[in-house]
Amino acid sequence: MVNENLVKDVVKEPYKYGFVTDIETEKISKGLNEDIIRLISSKKEEPEYLLNFRLNAFKKWQQMKEPNWAELGYDEINYQDIIYYSAPKQKEKISSLDQVDPKLLETFDKLGIPLTEQKKLTNVAVDAVFDSVSIATTFREELAEHGVIFCSISEAVKNHSDLIEKYLGSVVPATDNYFAALNSAVFSDGSFVYIPKGVTCPMDLSSYFRINSGDSGQFERTLIIAEESSSVSYLEGCTAPMFDTNTLHAAVVELIALDDASIKYSTVQNWYAGNEEGIGGIFNFVTKRGKCLGNRSKISWSQVETGSAITWKYPSCLLLGEESIGEFYSVALTNNLQQADTGTKMIHIGPKTKSTIVSKGISAGKSKNSYRGLVKMGTKAIGAKNYSQCDSMLIGDQASANTFPYITSQQQNSEIEHEASTCRISEDQLFYLQSRGIEFEEAVSMMVSGFCRDVFNQLPMEFAAEADKLLALKLEGSVG
Amino acid sequence: MQTKLKESAPILEVNNLFASTDNLPILKGVSIKVYPGEIHAIMGRNGCGKSTLSKIIAGHPSYNITKGEINFLEKNVNSLEPEERAQSGIFLGFQYPIEIPGVSNLEFLRVSTNARRKFLKQEELDTFDFEDLVKEKLELVKMDSAFLSRSVNQGFSGGEKKRNEILQMALLDPSIAILDETDSGLDIDALRIVASGIKKISNNKMGIILITHYQRLLNEIKPDYVHVMSDGQIIKTGGSDLALELEKNGYEWTDNFEKEN
Repeated sequence: MVNENLVKDVVKEPYKYGFVTDIETEKISKGLNEDIIRLISSKKEEPEYLLNFRLNAFKKWQQMKEPNWAELGYDEINYQDIIYYSAPKQKEKISSLDQVDPKLLETFDKLGIPLTEQKKLTNVAVDAVFDSVSIATTFREELAEHGVIFCSISEAVKNHSDLIEKYLGSVVPATDNYFAALNSAVFSDGSFVYIPKGVTCPMDLSSYFRINSGDSGQFERTLIIAEESSSVSYLEGCTAPMFDTNTLHAAVVELIALDDASIKYSTVQNWYAGNEEGIGGIFNFVTKRGKCLGNRSKISWSQVETGSAITWKYPSCLLLGEESIGEFYSVALTNNLQQADTGTKMIHIGPKTKSTIVSKGISAGKSKNSYRGLVKMGTKAIGAKNYSQCDSMLIGDQASANTFPYITSQQQNSEIEHEASTCRISEDQLFYLQSRGIEFEEAVSMMVSGFCRDVFNQLPMEFAAEADKLLALKLEGSVG
Repeated sequence: MQTKLKESAPILEVNNLFASTDNLPILKGVSIKVYPGEIHAIMGRNGCGKSTLSKIIAGHPSYNITKGEINFLEKNVNSLEPEERAQSGIFLGFQYPIEIPGVSNLEFLRVSTNARRKFLKQEELDTFDFEDLVKEKLELVKMDSAFLSRSVNQGFSGGEKKRNEILQMALLDPSIAILDETDSGLDIDALRIVASGIKKISNNKMGIILITHYQRLLNEIKPDYVHVMSDGQIIKTGGSDLALELEKNGYEWTDNFEKEN
């Protein structure tokens, strides 16, 4: 068919973020053992409890097995062949942005995340993470006026040790799963957010993760705490250069919402996905979980996953507080030989808890795109409700889509509703739009945007536009 | 009746057209010429190739032209993409308009109209100007503006879908409009609305081809020529009374033509 080939051309997208920053880095030697962990911890001048946290995680990790239940196929990862700490060399301790290597600022400039005072984004505070370390965080003073803490997790360990000791690992325990244990043992940096009681964060907060080295893994850790009646919207973006080797990214994100607090966590993930033959690309194994600890608290995940060779992530909500709310809105686009196994877990523990799941998977090329989700109603979840909707769209005839919903209920007085659908962009739909003068590429991207609309509506404004553009790019072929 | 401009060049000239899909011949030498202001009707049994002819003229990718040519405004369009044909003024009204979930009808109509306007070197319309234009055109087909906020054709009744097609015809102001069984599935009232819309949109520069099984649409819109198709060929051409004879005698009557020819 004529159009089949056209669709294939259209979904070929040049990766715009594939450049490498030529910068002197400090790397430790390859491999993973107790000494490496001690070295990372000492480089970061960590307190003893944190070193113990790492060593304990490492011990457990050694006894664990890499999970193989996901619909993913990849060559075995050699964990001894990875560098666990890589940081751009800084001459001295820096106290302001002026002292940051201009090459790094330039890198983030090129990625559309200007950090300098003159150019920085006006409505968003940014924490920029380059390989293993946080480079800069903007708007810190302005945020501090409201009592909001926004800094790298390394700084938080130094300056807000009480909060770290109390909450780190409280949502995702060090031994939660294989990749979370690995992260707990070797995590290098990430973002920390604390919103005090009653404060609505005056601007969106955002982290931008950049992997630069080809042989280092990135293991960042994010911790967000929203005290009573506070709220925050947090955005996360990710890119990496094109290498023909696979780079491991294993992150942990923990969110804690107390009474009446709300956290909105949005991700646009565009890690390098590998080439058309499936060579290279990021292995993205991420554990993201939020704990609705307080009554009437709310945690909302929205994600647009377009990159990575392998995506394994299930942003989840533990709904403990009475009437707490969990949401998961996801668009996952896979192309070529990309594989994604993603979804969510909604664990209803408290009474009258509510959750909503809307997942849109788009598979093109020879890619594999699976939704995997768990909805669980515990014994005390009286009057709890869940609504799930999982839609898949297939482009071309070689891609595959799967839906694996797991539902368990121990509470009769609760409701679970699940809807699923699969559709294909049909030749007839394309012809209909084309016969109205709409270009082929625009027709495809109109239909994909239409398919994702329910999710895009949930993204913060700046992000919705970016996500729409990103999908269009992925689908627009050489024009981009 | 509109004035004919027969002295000018034809808008559409289909010349001895052969076409197939999956190596199965569907059209076996079709010729038809449409001049400005003319209304042609193509009639015939199911499967005679009349819908295929309309799709091929609009550029459907499932069919291959094996011989012959389609000239539109004196240019061969055989190898043009469907969107290029649409932008230059070929309009196909679908027998079964396609549902496009998630894409708002208003946005679809606007993008489509602007693609045509761009080709005509007219200024593209922003959302506000477009809404003014579309509201004016909605009158023609007696559609409520609530249609605009719904997804393209999704959940539309059969009659609403057909009216949406005619709305698109009004917005795109084509040089040739091929309306494939626009009358099918319509009750009498809806048929009158659609027919009156078509009449209001048509003008002496536009050519119209009505593809239909029945006389009832032709009672509303009187054709200048009626063509009878059978097995991928036009087997008889006549004036509007040919349709009346067909209605009276049925398609069996045309089987004799094939034998005669």
